[in-house]
Amino acid sequence: MSIKISNAPYNERVQEGVKNDFMRKAVASAQGRFRSGRQKQADELGNWEDWRTLGEEIRTHTLRNIDYYLEILSENVSKRGGNVFFAKTAEEANEYIQHIIKKKNAKKVVKSKSMVTEEIGLNDALAEVGAEVVESDLGEWILQLDEDLPSHIVTPALHKNKEQVRETFAVKKGYEQSDKPEELASFARQQLRQEFLAADVGITGCNFAVAESGAVTFVTNEGNARMVTTIPDTQISVMGMERIVPTWEELDILVSLLTRAAVGQKLTSYITSITGTRLEGESDGPEEYHLVIVDNGRSKILGTEFQSALHCIRCAACINVCPVYRHVGGHAYGSIYPGPIGAVITPLLDGYEDHKELPYASSLCGACTEVCPVKIPLHEQLIRHRQIIVERENKGNKMEKLAMKGFAKWASSPAAYKLSAAAARPALQPWSKNEMIKSGPGPLKGWTINRDFPAPAKQTFRSWYKNRQKGREV
Amino acid sequence: MKVSLFITCMCDIITSNVGKDTVELLERLGCEVDFPDAQTCCGQPAFTSGYLEESKKAMKQMMRAFKDSEFVVGPSGSCVGMLREYPKIFAGDPEWEKEANNLAAKSYEITQFLVDVLGVTDIGSTFKGKVTYHPSCHMTRILGIRDAPYTLLKHVQGVDLIELPIKEDCCGFGGTFAVKNSVISGEMVKEKSLHVSETGAEYLVGGDMACLLNIGGRMTREGKNVKIAHITEILNHHQ
Ligand code: SF4
Repeated sequence: MSIKISNAPYNERVQEGVKNDFMRKAVASAQGRFRSGRQKQADELGNWEDWRTLGEEIRTHTLRNIDYYLEILSENVSKRGGNVFFAKTAEEANEYIQHIIKKKNAKKVVKSKSMVTEEIGLNDALAEVGAEVVESDLGEWILQLDEDLPSHIVTPALHKNKEQVRETFAVKKGYEQSDKPEELASFARQQLRQEFLAADVGITGCNFAVAESGAVTFVTNEGNARMVTTIPDTQISVMGMERIVPTWEELDILVSLLTRAAVGQKLTSYITSITGTRLEGESDGPEEYHLVIVDNGRSKILGTEFQSALHCIRCAACINVCPVYRHVGGHAYGSIYPGPIGAVITPLLDGYEDHKELPYASSLCGACTEVCPVKIPLHEQLIRHRQIIVERENKGNKMEKLAMKGFAKWASSPAAYKLSAAAARPALQPWSKNEMIKSGPGPLKGWTINRDFPAPAKQTFRSWYKNRQKGREV
Repeated sequence: MKVSLFITCMCDIITSNVGKDTVELLERLGCEVDFPDAQTCCGQPAFTSGYLEESKKAMKQMMRAFKDSEFVVGPSGSCVGMLREYPKIFAGDPEWEKEANNLAAKSYEITQFLVDVLGVTDIGSTFKGKVTYHPSCHMTRILGIRDAPYTLLKHVQGVDLIELPIKEDCCGFGGTFAVKNSVISGEMVKEKSLHVSETGAEYLVGGDMACLLNIGGRMTREGKNVKIAHITEILNHHQ
């Protein structure tokens, strides 16, 4: 897999999502939990807006000086015995990691949850060199067993319910117990424990890398990143190049924003850091450590009007409040990154050609922008994408283009406006019945598939007003 | 106080009763209302569809139309929200930046104007019925108006105000979104209609006609008997 996760056309994906009642129920109930949890945490802090401003400032500063901080990070990781590799593309990252796997003659790899490894399609690359990959995040493990894809960036198996999980465990792993979450989790735990012990290499993503100390940090609730980083002697972390903080102090603030915004937790269950290799005199740490820093289109975004999209800390708050995501689910986006942030970054990372519908998959309600803990103006960036699609990419619909040209003429000429305003009612007369249009022409057609439209008023406001003024003058 | 009415093209052409209520309401509260005849549309349909140049033509017309107004008041959170975005859009434009700032600074959505500028919370109106209120997205999130409509509604005698479940969720209108993404928009409005029914309200009230026509149109399609009413209609009602 890569960023693009489907070859089906957009409309088909949407239909598929809308038809999936199971998924929609699961999403609606998860959104309900996440929303109220986030709100509670925000209220509890009392000055949530100040926190968001702080989050925004930290991310703005860091991204403005990203070259500097990446250098410091790289120096510090190297100082602590780690190897740092800057990968310009997904292929470069995969090849580097394949090389290590081959060198180590590794047969089994355990992974903790990571979106960037999904983005670069690392699992396929590992399979190519004969390594068995085991996902250790519960949600990711379920999806792996089921040969399914993540539909959410924090809770990847959000679209599945417990009956479906039980079924997967039964078919793929011979599970015989009930669909009680405790029993399912305990089964997964036993199974995964064996995998941790047998693994040759551990691969992690990265929530934030701390430049000042070279510590690559993971935030989990299951402790699986801790298991992955503790047992295998060879460790590889893969990070998107923007996932960096200057010092522990900023880490503290961003983790706090992350867990509160993501799932409504004050603090996560586990924060794990890996700081290079086991140096002389140290009692723990891996023998070999590699940090792969992935660009894959990110540096192209730097310095553009979309730079703030790189501020994202992948909390999924925007996804959890999104009413579009609510009805279509994650897979409909056709990108490994769904929801509002997905609609913003997917075309940036992977081009407009395959993803030109995404910026329109939003009613621009602004719920995403309102909750983003680092204040990314998501809905404004979606509008900006639309402008680029129309102006630069020339991918706009031809009829729409004509209509908009007409709109400009209409709205900049009061005389033309007045004429057509008065003509609207008679023009729509053939479609109106009892002051209601049940099936309209042109753009009204899309509207009237699902709802009625009223016939235009018998008298426009302006003519009513004019008559009223006249009456008063007399 | 001198107030220029910004009618919005929708309330001018489709639902002109909203404009009448707005004018009467403002006059009742002692405002001198005028209607600059050169106004057209705020430009939002083109702007949100990505047609920046086309939308700017409409915006410039609006800036010309309201150049001399003291206050500009409109019965729509979304359209007034658009006026408030002009400064961002014309930032750095030597000819229009000042005009854009000027218009944005004097523009108000009607409930905001009543509560924040006129300082009125009780209009002295009466309206009998079970009412639920849909807080439209741009009103809430772009203009930041959260309390004014509730404050005003609570003071209307006879109104039984029932909270709308998951009220913060978009109704699915979203301008051209309703047409371009009609499947998703349709699902959104179906859920909204369901929530309105759960309240048992007889009237769905809001501050944006476009959203109300969306939800109302869905409800009539479903054969439901809930009426839609712009908030000015309730506020301008006295028995
Ligand atoms: S865009 Fe903002 S809200 Fe969405 S995932 Fe990123 S940080 Fe979270």
